[in-house]
Amino acid sequence: MALALILFPLLMAALAAVVPSNRGRPWLLPVTALAHTALTLGALLWPELARSDGWLVLDPPGRIILLQISVLYLLCAFYAAGYLRQRQERSNRVFCVCLLAVLGTMTLVTWAHHLGLMWVAMETTTLVTAPLIYFNRTQHSIEATWKYMMVGSVGIALALLGTFFLAYAALHAGGESTLTFEKLLQHAPELSKPWLHAAFILLLVGYGTKMGLAPMHTWKPDAYGEAPGVVGAILAGGVTSCAFLALLRITHICGAAGESAYTSRLLLTMGLLSMAVAGVFMVGQRDIKRMLAYSSVEHMGILALGLGLGAPALFGTLLHVMTNSTTKGVLFLSAGNIHRAYESKNIDQVRGAMRRLPLSGSLFLAGFLAITGSPPFGPFLSEFAILNGAFDAGRFVVAGFFLLLLLVVFVGMGATVLQVAQGRPPSEVRHSVYRDSWLTVAPIIVFLALVLLLGLYLPTPLTKLLQDAVRYLEVRP
Amino acid sequence: MTNTLNALLILVLVLNLFALGTSRLLALIRIVALQGALLGILPFLVHEHLTVPAVLTAVAAVVLKGLVIPAIMIRALRDAKIKREVEPLIGFLPSILLGAAATAFALLFANQLPLISQHAGSLLVPASMATILTGFILLTTRFKALTQTVAYLVLENGIFIFGMLLIEAMPFVVEAGVLLDLFVAIFVICIITNHINIAFSSMDTRRLVTLKE
Repeated sequence: MALALILFPLLMAALAAVVPSNRGRPWLLPVTALAHTALTLGALLWPELARSDGWLVLDPPGRIILLQISVLYLLCAFYAAGYLRQRQERSNRVFCVCLLAVLGTMTLVTWAHHLGLMWVAMETTTLVTAPLIYFNRTQHSIEATWKYMMVGSVGIALALLGTFFLAYAALHAGGESTLTFEKLLQHAPELSKPWLHAAFILLLVGYGTKMGLAPMHTWKPDAYGEAPGVVGAILAGGVTSCAFLALLRITHICGAAGESAYTSRLLLTMGLLSMAVAGVFMVGQRDIKRMLAYSSVEHMGILALGLGLGAPALFGTLLHVMTNSTTKGVLFLSAGNIHRAYESKNIDQVRGAMRRLPLSGSLFLAGFLAITGSPPFGPFLSEFAILNGAFDAGRFVVAGFFLLLLLVVFVGMGATVLQVAQGRPPSEVRHSVYRDSWLTVAPIIVFLALVLLLGLYLPTPLTKLLQDAVRYLEVRP
Repeated sequence: MTNTLNALLILVLVLNLFALGTSRLLALIRIVALQGALLGILPFLVHEHLTVPAVLTAVAAVVLKGLVIPAIMIRALRDAKIKREVEPLIGFLPSILLGAAATAFALLFANQLPLISQHAGSLLVPASMATILTGFILLTTRFKALTQTVAYLVLENGIFIFGMLLIEAMPFVVEAGVLLDLFVAIFVICIITNHINIAFSSMDTRRLVTLKE
């Protein structure tokens, strides 16, 4: 099961490399995504099928991330097929190959229970997403790709060093040096404390770079700003969730070692700092895609904060991974449509989107309301749960800052989004022939429906999945 | 065994200083290639009983770091028609001094670290730290895209040295995966540097500043 889920997208990527038709090739994306989602649901509904005890184990947090990635990717795949139909002027061979490969590597991250293997998978996602950012081949996109590659590679190299430190902590404890998750968890209380502390910092910096936590977020606005919308959605909703899962596993080990006070202080600081940096740069932001990138920094901050609050906020944090990724789907895909219609992403040109593109414009506005935590959308519920967790944990100051920063972001983002959505399209600006089509709008509507569903009614199987994960993470062997 | 190992690691440290002191990119690439090849020998010195997969990984590491990656970079260098790193943030002599200071710091600091007794006399930990610091010095003070790529390689070399302490923790598959990732990363970065050179008629990363707030 694990191998099928991981290798099938990679095989399809190889197939995409040899398919000659530029028109036909993008249809491999939805086909692969449908098969992947079907397999994922199979693995979730019949856990005995997914049983394996090597390095590939699907534990409860892994299940949540796998499901979330699979659904995000499915909708993005249909959108990508519609998007690439409008971009027939350039070859999409490399784009399709990389987009298919990234599904395989993200799946590997969710299954990997060997921290070295997890690192390899995470690094591979960086490598296969770099050509996606470079799709438009402009000077700007090459600059963004360069920064993404360099910052990402150096960051992830530090994560490798941190992984080695973790293995050394086990070796120092007198045991064998190991990087399998189960063994580390089992021997966590004996791990050498100084090495464990150093390892956590390096891993936080390393995987934090991939998540885009401040101050390692500098690649994010550039990369999300220059990449096609669908790539932004997969990066902001999928790859960052994988990096969060990596951080969650490390924090879990540190928690089992009795070091939660240490990790929690660092995570809370990073979380609040990310939210503050995002808030500062979002106020007066004139580029809609860069604004979304900062929104992603903010939400990664919220996830780090939730993780730092520990057990009381875990349910909300895990739910927030899902609501954030689904809402990012709405925002990035509709922003991509708006960008194509106006051939600009600067709010000096982009005005009156609701007149020019009634569907994409309204969805963009709805996505904004959702991501800033307005009821009745999903993020409201998850952010409220995290806030509740903060109160339960007795962290009143943290809760206060959390609320304040959410408000700053709401005001800052709102000013930009309302200018985009309302008013009349400026007459002097040349408009492209782009019109919303079925393939480029329907996936966004489904995304929004999911966001709404998560906010109004959590299906019982999903609640059970989240509770299982919380219980799994709370167990201290 | 330990003496040979330490002699080899001292050679690696000297190569770090050479890398910091040269302005010619071709020389820099060759120095780092030699360093990579030397590091490939390490597994044979550190571990008495090597399995067949471990030998294969070590050989693959020598071939990749000593031959293939340098060949890719020299090709990129030829395409870009550049020879030297000009105007680094800090000069070449001060860079060497900084590198020497970093090495001294690494040696002193490693003494303070809680190491297990087998590793106490070995230079593996200080050499690893000094090489990582050298990588960071190169990365932050040089501006040619290709030099920064070499710097990333030096950084990876440093991490590789630390990995020598933990051969059991990294099974063959993972080790091979790390190596493959490194290779593909350098390959992709070299393609990007080539495109930077075409798009900006220069490899100076100081020109990559159009995206900002």
